[in-house]
Amino acid sequence: MEFAELIKIAKVENVQLSCPGLLPVKGTLCITSHHLLLSSQPGGNGEQGMVELWLLLRNIDAVEKRVASSSGSITLKCKDLKVLQLEIPGMEECLNISRSIEALSSVESVMMMYPFFYRPQSMKLKDGWQLYPLQHYYQQIATETTAWRLSCVNGEFTVCPSYPAAVIVPTAVDDNTLKKAARFHQGGRFPILSYYHKKNGTVLLRSSQPLIGPNRKRCPEDEQLLSAALNRGERGFIIDTRSAQAAKQARMMGGGTESKSSYPCWRRLHGPLERGRPLQESFIKLVEACNDTSLSMDRWLSKLESSKWLAHLKGALSTACLAAQCMEREEACVLVHGAEGTDTTLLVTALAQVILDPECRTLTGFQGLLEREWIKAGHPFHFRCARSAYSHARLKQEAPIFLLFLDCVWQLGRQFPFSLEFNEHLLLVLFEHTYASSYGTFLCNSEKERCLCEVKEKTHSLWSWLNQPSQQKKHLNPLYTYNALVIWPSVEPQSLQLWQDPLTLDIRPRFKQWGL
Amino acid sequence: MGEQIRAPSSPRAWVENVRLIDRISSRKAVLGTLYLTATHVIFVENVSETRKETWVLHSQISSIEKQATTATGCPLLIRCKNFQIIQLIIPQERDCHDVYISLIRLARPVKYEELYCFSFNPKLDKEEREQGWKLVGLKEEYNRMGVPNNYWQISDVNRDYQVCDSYPAEVYVPKSATAHVIVGSSKFRSRRRFPALSYYCKDNNASICRSSQPLSGFSARCLEDEQMLQAIRKANPGSNFIYVVDTRPKLNAMANRAAGKGYENEDNYSNIKFQFIGIENIHVMRSSLQKMLEVCELRSPSMSDFLWGLENSGWLKHIKAIMDAGIFIAKAVAEEGVSVLVHCSDGWDRTAQVCSVASLLLDPFYRTMKGFMVLIEKDWVSFGHKFNHRYGNLDGDPKEISPVIDQFIECVWQLMEQFPCAFEFNERFLIHIQHHIYSCQFGNFLCNSQKERRELKIQERTYSLWAHLWKNRADYMNPLYREDHSQTQGTLRPQTAPCNFLYKFWNGMYNRFEKGMHPRQSVTDYLMAVKEETQQLEEELEVLEERLAELKKVQLNNRKQNSKQQDRNKHIELSTSNNSIANTPQDYSSNVKSFPSRSPSQGDEEDSALILTQDNLKSSDPDLSATSDQESGVEDLSCRSPSGGGCLPSEDSGKDSDEAVFLTV
Repeated sequence: MEFAELIKIAKVENVQLSCPGLLPVKGTLCITSHHLLLSSQPGGNGEQGMVELWLLLRNIDAVEKRVASSSGSITLKCKDLKVLQLEIPGMEECLNISRSIEALSSVESVMMMYPFFYRPQSMKLKDGWQLYPLQHYYQQIATETTAWRLSCVNGEFTVCPSYPAAVIVPTAVDDNTLKKAARFHQGGRFPILSYYHKKNGTVLLRSSQPLIGPNRKRCPEDEQLLSAALNRGERGFIIDTRSAQAAKQARMMGGGTESKSSYPCWRRLHGPLERGRPLQESFIKLVEACNDTSLSMDRWLSKLESSKWLAHLKGALSTACLAAQCMEREEACVLVHGAEGTDTTLLVTALAQVILDPECRTLTGFQGLLEREWIKAGHPFHFRCARSAYSHARLKQEAPIFLLFLDCVWQLGRQFPFSLEFNEHLLLVLFEHTYASSYGTFLCNSEKERCLCEVKEKTHSLWSWLNQPSQQKKHLNPLYTYNALVIWPSVEPQSLQLWQDPLTLDIRPRFKQWGL
Repeated sequence: MGEQIRAPSSPRAWVENVRLIDRISSRKAVLGTLYLTATHVIFVENVSETRKETWVLHSQISSIEKQATTATGCPLLIRCKNFQIIQLIIPQERDCHDVYISLIRLARPVKYEELYCFSFNPKLDKEEREQGWKLVGLKEEYNRMGVPNNYWQISDVNRDYQVCDSYPAEVYVPKSATAHVIVGSSKFRSRRRFPALSYYCKDNNASICRSSQPLSGFSARCLEDEQMLQAIRKANPGSNFIYVVDTRPKLNAMANRAAGKGYENEDNYSNIKFQFIGIENIHVMRSSLQKMLEVCELRSPSMSDFLWGLENSGWLKHIKAIMDAGIFIAKAVAEEGVSVLVHCSDGWDRTAQVCSVASLLLDPFYRTMKGFMVLIEKDWVSFGHKFNHRYGNLDGDPKEISPVIDQFIECVWQLMEQFPCAFEFNERFLIHIQHHIYSCQFGNFLCNSQKERRELKIQERTYSLWAHLWKNRADYMNPLYREDHSQTQGTLRPQTAPCNFLYKFWNGMYNRFEKGMHPRQSVTDYLMAVKEETQQLEEELEVLEERLAELKKVQLNNRKQNSKQQDRNKHIELSTSNNSIANTPQDYSSNVKSFPSRSPSQGDEEDSALILTQDNLKSSDPDLSATSDQESGVEDLSCRSPSGGGCLPSEDSGKDSDEAVFLTV
């Protein structure tokens, strides 16, 4: 495929750009294979000076056009929730522009995406990709205990295609047992270590649901693996991110949840969380409500309520607190899983770590957490973030589960304003880069896919950009003081607030990202 | 403690073994002794190390509810006007009844003299008290606005409150309005509250005037009233009309016509533009607050319960209506240069709200600490807002009670959220003002009018809140406020669409005492500490630089006066002494050292974490064991916030105990 074929028109003069919070700008519009550019005409807008807009086409979620006889206007609704309007002289030009944008923004092939073409002079490929290897994390654990080992049983991604090559498992369990346990879990996601709580030596494990099925199958290797995670006489908690009923129903489809009789040392708790389509729809409703300036107070509150976004937020924080509570207060090990173990499971394990572990609240520690618990853990970013809240396309696998995580972290930051080393600006940047980015960090669905696409060889890492001193400075919280304690948030409705930054239409806060 | 107790009207002065229930996690309760004094209800915990005290002024009590006796005792629920809720369990039914009866009497005084401000004595001498009352002066304020001038003058027509008993003695009116016109107009207005100046914009001569509704009925006219409005227009030569803003919903205003009241007929008044702005009446507002407080009282509500309840209460809708009215007026004055006459029915509730919001939007002075005090004195106290009736200071008609000034205070908070650098004061300032409007600890808000206050000789017999707040102003500073910030200058132009996140639930006010719901670390306090630190260091630097300059001078002189031995010795002495001042590591390092210990982050976290531990061990155990009791071993365990412990006693003690100590004096 050639990009050139998709570009129906490369350049139009006298295009007017308007967006909330900015005076209209007139200039030249260009379409390149990955960007929409608008540079203001010299002297065209004396007060603002030269304005240049660089918009990744990948960022465009929906294109809405209105044409009249001699001109047309295009509304671009972006995945990062910004809305831009272009007034284009000439109907033909307008149609061609919109066709080009539609075609280019919906290129699905990963290898054709911008990160594979982005070559900034100041950066070297491969930098940043080795910043947070699992080996480092494992070594920290190894200094505390010998009960855990690093296994390469998934070296070829054959045991579990969505796991990374190396995983941390109980020393007492050999690779063969792991392989058998993997066959008893959806997608092969057998229980592995997610977090080691140094304070009391408890661990947080995660997996996918066990394939118990209607006939109540058992798997001795899986039972062995889970009991090896506990010391003699200890009891653990299994937190299922589905309701008890949903977990039971999953048995009919071949899944299910650990029964008390087969796993006598584990006690099951449920923290039902929404994911998939209901979560995406919640996101869409929330954005709709936020974009409707005509709403009265009552309608606004009722739309906010019916979007359920804040309820999902409360649910996620509550379940993460439950997991953290089991570890910190009950001094027990915890296994978290839902169904696939790639969405709500990761939401809970990652959030619990931010609550428990001060290391995860530093700038680099947080990046390491994202790398470990979201990217390497196989959260399917490519599927989940293919489309955002404006798209008219049929929903496939989109769901803003990672955005929900960022929102939860933002709430923690609000309740403990000195305890996170990074600020909300970093969270905003991460939100934007999951949907459209010049960097390869959030590409693909798993480490396996990243290897196939040679992402680590052919794209730059977001971390190496974020860790440049000039960038780092922007993302540090000036009030930060190291806080060794667990930060228990309040999850009362009165204590949770809407995270406005991603939702506000006003474009000014994002000038810098867009080069405006 | 024992000596304090002298409650003649109460049959029992104290009750032992009373339990104070924590509202969020009801399993948590502390045992202590309940005391009733002439002015306070005091609960003292038995825990010997802390002996934490909870003090509640009788005047803060809004309702007392005796609930059905249980095996553990007799529950007593005390709801306060500052949104504190105290739940007690008294072992003996009889004791509970005694306390209940005593409190009902104590919470509803019938004479002003029974109020706390007449016995409150902060140990200030007479002069200090007088100085305190002089802190805020309205004459200075009108001068600051630029009146009297060519267009406006002070009128003494109401000198002995003869024209209007709820107006101040000194009113500012257009120069062209004669006493005859004023008196005539006053006869055509409800409660004779004639149009008078509230705010004057000297940049463009536009003004905000206020009054009550005209007694127009269906067709009545009054020449003097028409002349009065004409005079207001003439006082703004740049504009050929004035807005008349009726802050009531149109339907209410029309209903008033049947009673011989109503609103201005545009045909009878030359050059007015009439406008309705639908703010609901005090009864609607009272029940709206009631509904919202019910939502706040819910135990672990779901997000839907909360948002539905909030919407249902209509509270934020009403706040927005008030704000919108203020914005309309501020826009008319600042952008169109048109004067506005504002009224509602009697012109002392909605009119006060709207005029003060508009003033606050228009004039940066009112966004300073002193300015805000002046604003409340001007639009609320002097113009006869009925504090006594609205806030139930004395026992009276419960239908007169309504959170009118509470709504204004919330409007200010909503603006502070949107313009974080525009206000010199912080949220705590607003919360404390709200507290003292109900506390009756200071005389400022007593009675229903200036006339009544003068008759009671309030200024001679009580103290002024403003002096008290001013003395402690360091606590009320907004560290983000900068006089030169663009937000600080000129008119504020807030966003108004609800989806712009302008209107939020004010957790800091309505759940003020549920500490567990608030951010655990206070950015305001931290930034204030940093600011103070910086200031100190800068001052030190300045001193050192001065010394350095001196030293250089000395050195120069030394060279010149090399021959004079005596002088030289003196200089050497000087220079060594200077050195010793410059070299004060103790001082400097103690500064550096004291810094982190002062930063609220560490202290607070330590506290909360410790308490969380205890709380959690208690609250989580039964939950988990309950699960094991289930046959299936499976249960949906919705996580309660582990921090749900809420009222953290040690945190509480910080500010409140200070106040408690202060009160005992």
